[in-house]
Amino acid sequence: MKTYEVMFIVVPNAADEEIDRIIGQMEAVVKGAQGEVVSVEKIGKKRLAYRIGKFDEGYYVLFNVQATGEVVKEFERRLKVADSVLRYITVRVDQALKRVEKIKAARLKKLRKKSAGSQPEATASAI
Amino acid sequence: MAFAPRPPGSGGPRKQFVRRKKVCKFCVEKIDYIDYKESRLLSQFVPERGKILPRRISGVCAPHQRKLMDAIKKARNIALLPFTAD
Repeated sequence: MKTYEVMFIVVPNAADEEIDRIIGQMEAVVKGAQGEVVSVEKIGKKRLAYRIGKFDEGYYVLFNVQATGEVVKEFERRLKVADSVLRYITVRVDQALKRVEKIKAARLKKLRKKSAGSQPEATASAI
Repeated sequence: MAFAPRPPGSGGPRKQFVRRKKVCKFCVEKIDYIDYKESRLLSQFVPERGKILPRRISGVCAPHQRKLMDAIKKARNIALLPFTAD
């Protein structure tokens, strides 16, 4: 199981129900394959940095899922087929986050060493 | 004898540049994970034209510039940042 972030853009003139329908469908795809939807965030309407088709705006939705590559493949296929989805991007985040944790832990350790016993409050503020 | 090298210090008014030491924003602010979704942060490194600001100007350290580059390219794909400005 890996953690992925899938962000996609729905056409700005889509109704709320349409957006909810897409989100529901996508959740079903993940859950149907023993995946887990960690979070779904409707970021909302945003200006696009460039025109896509004939749209200057888009409705951004962010999925955070825990699943296998196969599930993500199906997820992407669904997005590709959906007419009201302008664009999507999938990013695998678990490796990057693990690395960040490591860096943070190392930094904390270093700080602890530096101010061993002398100023314990300095460690807490500098994270 | 007109071509004799000038002793240092003489000669015309030479501008003294005081170059400020550039520091990596990500190191200073301890931003470990450069997220492609934070378009406001990324746009500081994408000038008008839409190109990625080189390290020699922004002062970002090499490891962070690499991450930054990845993030900007992802952000471009999802229309958070422009590929070009016209």
